[in-house]
Amino acid sequence: MKANVNQADQTGNEQDQGRLAEIPIVDAVFTFRDRFRHWGYRWGVGRMTAEVTPGLYRLGSPDAQSPVLVSANYRMSFDQLRRALVGRAVWILVLDTKGINVWCAAGKGTFGTEELVRRLDRDRLSDVVTHRKVIVPQLGAPGVAAHRVKQLSGFTVIWGPVHVRDLPDFLDRGEAAPEMRRVTFTFAERVVLAPMELRPAFLPLMGVGVAVALAVGWRSGAAFFLASISAPVAIPALHDALPGTWLSVKGVFWGLIASGMAAWAFSVSGWPLLALGLSVTAVSAFLGLNFTGSTTYTPVNGVKREMKGMLPGIISAAGLGLILWVVIAIRRFWA
Amino acid sequence: MSYQTHTLKLEIAECTGCGQCLEVCPHAVFGREAQSKRVKLLHAERCMECGACMRNCAFGAVQVETGVGCAAALISGALNGTAPQCGCSGKKTGCC
Repeated sequence: MKANVNQADQTGNEQDQGRLAEIPIVDAVFTFRDRFRHWGYRWGVGRMTAEVTPGLYRLGSPDAQSPVLVSANYRMSFDQLRRALVGRAVWILVLDTKGINVWCAAGKGTFGTEELVRRLDRDRLSDVVTHRKVIVPQLGAPGVAAHRVKQLSGFTVIWGPVHVRDLPDFLDRGEAAPEMRRVTFTFAERVVLAPMELRPAFLPLMGVGVAVALAVGWRSGAAFFLASISAPVAIPALHDALPGTWLSVKGVFWGLIASGMAAWAFSVSGWPLLALGLSVTAVSAFLGLNFTGSTTYTPVNGVKREMKGMLPGIISAAGLGLILWVVIAIRRFWA
Repeated sequence: MSYQTHTLKLEIAECTGCGQCLEVCPHAVFGREAQSKRVKLLHAERCMECGACMRNCAFGAVQVETGVGCAAALISGALNGTAPQCGCSGKKTGCC
C-alpha cells in the first residue's frame, strides 16, 4: 500500500501534526495487483497470511469530524473497505483479528468488545476526533456489545451496513435502510466460495478415481472422478434449485443427478453403476454437509441435527460403495 | 434460506423495546409488537444462532446457544476431542 504524500493534513494545530504524521495513509485505489491477490485468496493462496497491521489509518484527508470505520485485519476485509470509499475522507481503525474476517472473528470473539476498547485507547482515537462515535460493521455484533463499549470507552457504536458496497449510501443517509441490515446468499456470493470447496476435495477424489480406474476400469474411474468433483461447484451454484432444507440433502440430489449423467456419458451399467451411484452420492452429500460452514445462514444446532440425521446414511452409502467396488475388482481379476 | 432448528428464546418481560436486536440481526428475525413497543420473534425459523442479539441485549432478554454452524469444524473438533476447529486451509489458526 503506497502512501500518498501529497495529502494535506486538515486537522488544526501543530501538536496534532506530529500525531497525524504517525497515522499511515491508505490508498483507496484498487490496483490490478490487489485484484490478483484477492483472486489468490479465493483459491486459498496466501489466504492465511493475508494480514494488515492493526491500528489507525486515514483515507483521504479526514479531519476531527470525519467518521471512524472499524474493520478486521484480514487483508480482503480491509481492501474491500478502502475500495468502497474512493473519494471519501474517513478514519479506519483496524482491530487485531489474527487475519480473520469480521464475521468469523466476531463469532470467535477476537473482533470483540475487549479488542475494540483496547484499540480505541491504544490508538488514542479521542485525540484525533472530537465526536465520540465509531461505525462498526453489523456482522461484528456477535462479538461487540455496543452498550459495553459505551460504558468502557465512552464511544457510541453505530452499526454499519452488512455489505461494504452499501457504505457510501449509509454514510450519506446517516443510517441503514432495512435491506442494508440483511445478509444475503446470492449466486455470485455462493460461486466465489467454490474454489475453496474444490481445492481440498480435488486430490482425494482424484486418488479414489485413479484407484477405481485401475481396479475396475477407466470408464468407472473417470465417471466417479468427474461426477464427484462436480459437487463442490454444483452445490454452491445450484443451491437454490436443488431440493432440501439441509445442504447434505441437496448434495444427495446432486449426487444422483451427477452419477446418472456420468454413467450415461461413460456407459457404466450393472454393478459398477450401483457402486458409482452409492459412492458419488455419499461424497456429494458429505461435501454438501461441509458447505454448511461457508453459508450465511446455518445455525450450529441445526447443523448438529443434520449431522445426526445424515452422517450414518452417508457413511453407510460410502462403505457399501467401497465394498461393491472391491468385489467388482476381485471378480474382474479372479474370475 | 432457513435451517428451521434453533435455540433462540425471548424473555418478553425483560424487553425494554430498545431495538438493538432489531438492528444487529442479519436475518430480520425480530419484529415489534404493535401495541407495546416491545420486540417479538417474527421469523425465529431464520435464526442462525450467531448470538449478535444476545450479545447486544443490555437487559438479558435474549438467550441463544451459539457456536460455529460448520459441520467440518464440528467433526474435526469431535475427532480431536477439542472445541470445534475452524480452519479450511489446514493450518492451526484461521477460520472459514
